[in-house]
Amino acid sequence: MITVVRFGRFEARIQSEVADFLARSLDCEIECGGLLPEPEGALDERRGQWMSVEFLKALLAAAPRRGRILGLTGCDLYIPMLSFLFGQAQLDGAAAVVSVARLRQEFYGLPGDEGILITRLRKEALHELGHTLGLVHCPDRSCAMSLSTNLPQVDIKRDEYCENCLQAARARLAALNGESK
Amino acid sequence: MKERWQILVIDDEEVMRESLAAWLREDGYTVDTAASGLDGVSHARQKEYAIYFIDLKMPGGMDGIETMMEIRRLQPDASVIIITAYATVDTAITAMKEGAQEYIVKPCNPEEISMLVERIIKIKNLQRENQLLRKRLTGQYEFRDIVTKNPKMLAMLELVRDVASMRSTVLIRGESGTGKELVARAVHFSGDRAEKAFVAVSCASLAETLLESELFGYEKGAFTGANAQTKGKFEIAAGGTIFLDEIGDISPKLQADLLRVLQEKRFYRLGGTNEVQVDVRVIAATNKDLAEEVREGRFRDDLYYRLNVIEIQIPPLRARREDIPMLARHLLERLASECGKELSGINEDALKVLLAYDWPGNVRELENAIERAVVTCRGRQLTADDFSFLSQTMEARANFSVPPITLQELEKLAVQAALERSSGNVKEAAQSLGIDRSTMYEKIKRYEIPR
Repeated sequence: MITVVRFGRFEARIQSEVADFLARSLDCEIECGGLLPEPEGALDERRGQWMSVEFLKALLAAAPRRGRILGLTGCDLYIPMLSFLFGQAQLDGAAAVVSVARLRQEFYGLPGDEGILITRLRKEALHELGHTLGLVHCPDRSCAMSLSTNLPQVDIKRDEYCENCLQAARARLAALNGESK
Repeated sequence: MKERWQILVIDDEEVMRESLAAWLREDGYTVDTAASGLDGVSHARQKEYAIYFIDLKMPGGMDGIETMMEIRRLQPDASVIIITAYATVDTAITAMKEGAQEYIVKPCNPEEISMLVERIIKIKNLQRENQLLRKRLTGQYEFRDIVTKNPKMLAMLELVRDVASMRSTVLIRGESGTGKELVARAVHFSGDRAEKAFVAVSCASLAETLLESELFGYEKGAFTGANAQTKGKFEIAAGGTIFLDEIGDISPKLQADLLRVLQEKRFYRLGGTNEVQVDVRVIAATNKDLAEEVREGRFRDDLYYRLNVIEIQIPPLRARREDIPMLARHLLERLASECGKELSGINEDALKVLLAYDWPGNVRELENAIERAVVTCRGRQLTADDFSFLSQTMEARANFSVPPITLQELEKLAVQAALERSSGNVKEAAQSLGIDRSTMYEKIKRYEIPR
């Protein structure tokens, strides 16, 4: 019902690690899907960034019926109004995308650390997937659904939902499960 | 409650406005979009938005500044954030001079924009809370504070509007908890006496002599402890309105005194020899059938006719069930803010529970139920579980077998039991019975229940 795919050169190993993590966290079946090419025309050469809306469109075309699809990319994402995005999702919709570009230590001139990267990615993957399940930002700063607009805010939250968000996410998943049967 | 605040994004570029709107929706706001200045203004004519994001450069007749000026003319309290890609000092100054709250240059850091929106909404929440508290403090309720779409209620409000500026006496009838005082305040505060005093007296809560001195005041030395001349409620309400609640409970002596005030607009203070002349509008209320009281000889017919010039009948809540969802949300907004809880609303299952319940204590019982749910709820939304006490109440009622006693004896038992449960606390006991304090006092007095 939930499929996790990767774009371009994104590491398959990290993709499957995230898929396993989501299956444990949400207690549901997660399909580790294939590889999608980076969407054509998404790159703004002047900004050196990729328009996230184009990624969502590509994901929608590949989304399972009544299911959810999460794309993982190494491209630095943006929308015209904002300088960057860690990820974007359709609220209560089918598709979500997370970028690891700004979750990597290297982006900030620090030595790479895959452990840190995966912890951050887990949080943002839960966060964006949460939006596709209808969750909005949570005022609890430690909940994965709290809004992160900078890295310290990502690091401070846990890689799990608070009790309220978890309940709401499970209820939505159960409803989706019922619809698809 | 974020859903309460709506945001409008006005930009001619589709990807720009839709992606910003989607980003703001993730934060829980309700966001609409408009593709031009004209479209934005027509949105503002139909709905009130808390924040307007307006792109400065837009083709098609109306640029960002013109759009902002028109919107601020329509909604002076709205906050406007001007967006531009070309940051120049000149346009920034013009935008701020014309009333833009903020000016942002795209692309903008997500942190900056999220803090900006949060700050504006925080101020709006405080303003709203202040308004609610002020209203509660002053009791200056108006028509728009009565939440209804029920045809009988709407007709009643129409009548309230028509009689607001008249001098005629009004008699409000309705079961306990239907909001008789709220309607009385609406009559007063929508009429030409709104600037003058509104004085409410609960006739059932005081003993006869106390009520007399309370209403008419007393001269120095009129009785032991009367150390100075004191004005009564009629004098305090001079030029304004006096609201006599539970009028069906006053003694024959007071009925005669009241009739004189109504007829001659004059009275004597207790122990006084000089007549006091007043211009006061009288609004009376009762949950009793006064015509029946007249037939039984317990209420003077001449006073009844004097009071019953205009009769306003408030229907019980069970006869206006369609109002329950709207009322519940309205009460939740107020009570959550009073309890300092951030709640996003009431879910469908909870509304079903509220709709199925009979509400013998009317709107006051609904208010008490919501307050209890707000205090005890653990989630961010009120659910059916938070109202489980209602099904217990219903069950208790269903399983209750009535002993072979008179209705009056039964009522006395209920009042006694409620007082015992609350260890003599009248307010709490009244709440548990779904009646107001004055009705409770009246019943305690009538059944001579020791406290």
